Amino acid sequence: MSAHANLERRRQAIYGWLLLSPAAVLLTVFAFYPSIATLWSSTFSRGTRRKPTEFVGSENYMDLFADPIFWQVVKNNLFYAGITIPVSIFIALAMALWANSKISARGFVRTAYFTPTVLPMIAAANLWLFFYTPGLGVLDQIGSMFGLPSVNWLGQPETALWAIIIVTIWKEAGFFMIFYLAALQTIPEDLKEAADIEGTSRWTYTRRIVLPLLMPTTLFIAVNAMINSVKLIDHLFILTKGGPSDASKLILYYIWEMAFAFFDAPHAAAMTILVIAVLGIVAAVQFFYLDKRTHYQ
Amino acid sequence: MKSLTKFMDSFGAILLAIIWIAPLLFAFWAATHSTSDAVNLNLFSPWTLDNFRVAWDGAPWLKYFINTFLLVTVILIGQFVLTTLAGFAFAQLQFPGKDFVFILVLMQLFILPEVLIVENYAMVSRLGLFDTILGVGMPYMASAFGIFLMRQAFKGVPIELHEAARIEGCGLLGILWRVYVPLAKPTYLAYALVSVSTHWNNFLWPLIVTNSPETRPLTVGLSIFGAPENGVDISIISAATLMSVAPLLIAFLIFQRQFVQAFLRAGIK
Repeated sequence: MSAHANLERRRQAIYGWLLLSPAAVLLTVFAFYPSIATLWSSTFSRGTRRKPTEFVGSENYMDLFADPIFWQVVKNNLFYAGITIPVSIFIALAMALWANSKISARGFVRTAYFTPTVLPMIAAANLWLFFYTPGLGVLDQIGSMFGLPSVNWLGQPETALWAIIIVTIWKEAGFFMIFYLAALQTIPEDLKEAADIEGTSRWTYTRRIVLPLLMPTTLFIAVNAMINSVKLIDHLFILTKGGPSDASKLILYYIWEMAFAFFDAPHAAAMTILVIAVLGIVAAVQFFYLDKRTHYQ
Repeated sequence: MKSLTKFMDSFGAILLAIIWIAPLLFAFWAATHSTSDAVNLNLFSPWTLDNFRVAWDGAPWLKYFINTFLLVTVILIGQFVLTTLAGFAFAQLQFPGKDFVFILVLMQLFILPEVLIVENYAMVSRLGLFDTILGVGMPYMASAFGIFLMRQAFKGVPIELHEAARIEGCGLLGILWRVYVPLAKPTYLAYALVSVSTHWNNFLWPLIVTNSPETRPLTVGLSIFGAPENGVDISIISAATLMSVAPLLIAFLIFQRQFVQAFLRAGIK
């Protein structure tokens, strides 16, 4: 019997590793090895024809910390995250509350909210270009009806990042809405009935009952929005290319530019490591802190 | 009082909905009118399909469509095979090192493929896959997210079915193919919808790895077509944009419920 069990265990081990191996190979080649290679190459200087690459330790990182553009980009990205995360969560919540209530044209409303989610960011940027273009754009046309002067939304440092932020919110709010919508549908009807019998106002009901019950969903969405604030940069390529004078440049775009426009892979690698470190902290916080707090649902 | 709040709710919801699809509506309007009528918002100007014709002739769109179609197909097939095998191993087999490897896989969830562009580009070039559709698709095939999703789906399969198939003389792969895969169909469908719409829309990585119209997907083609250097006007860009989003958009409008369910299932796990 024990020999049989032993055989079965060996068989499972062999099968297990065999089934895992294709995925393991690809994950190694395109995730683990590149992560380590990035760390490695971030400690070497950029090779030129005269000077070959050499080990420089933390010099690339020091260069970044001394680079005013880097700090500008970090500041931009923090601002981008600081606005897009709360605003898209708030809009998503409003959308879900509306799309879940008994209003007329509910089907149309839901579709309209969700549609931007299925569009590529590049297409979204093209659509918004039509709004932002100075003189011809929809925003300027509306402004001129009220006698406002033409504004170059994408061309001036004060408004360029805002223009980018609005497109991001437009793109992700409808996506986050569906998670709220699903969560709202799990709230039992009798809570609402009990609140009605007690004569609770709708505002109190929402604030005291609905919002606390939606807390786990909010945390889930917040983590996703945080990841999006690193990832969603495609529209920069169409709308501003990070300009004017770096006012709307975000980190991932800067990494791309460093590596593929300035051909400076070592500094791009150093920046990548910093981004991975931040994402790792977000992951750890979610794993050790938030997951424990969301089990009361 | 009650009907007033209900009216206000409907009003607010519909107003927001109109604002939300306004960019699409404007693009549609611009694409079906001449440029000067479009920018002057001439409501009674004649409709035209010329912009679509000009846009279509301006770039090898058919090639781009085929490339995108091939790309999402290659990725989906790769993902199905790899995540099924790995998900099954994690869900139903006992082997040494399993937990450790699983944690490694979960770590990949947070190292976004997007941030590793520099080294992945070097790797794809080393493998001789630069400017190939396979090169664009490969980094996404062993999706940690997909492995996790399939593991959850397979864990939900009753062990009795597994035992019954084994008593009938089915081998391990036979059991996987005949018992687990059919029972996980809803998960496969959800995963397929999410994967296809993600990769149909992906831009940064294809931009880096493709270098010719022979491999370029729609998103990259669209960005090149709309670049200011090309000097195409707003009506033609709108037409090109609508053209390239049309297949996914129409599929979404028809299968809306399935799309929303798919994103939910994939998100909440």
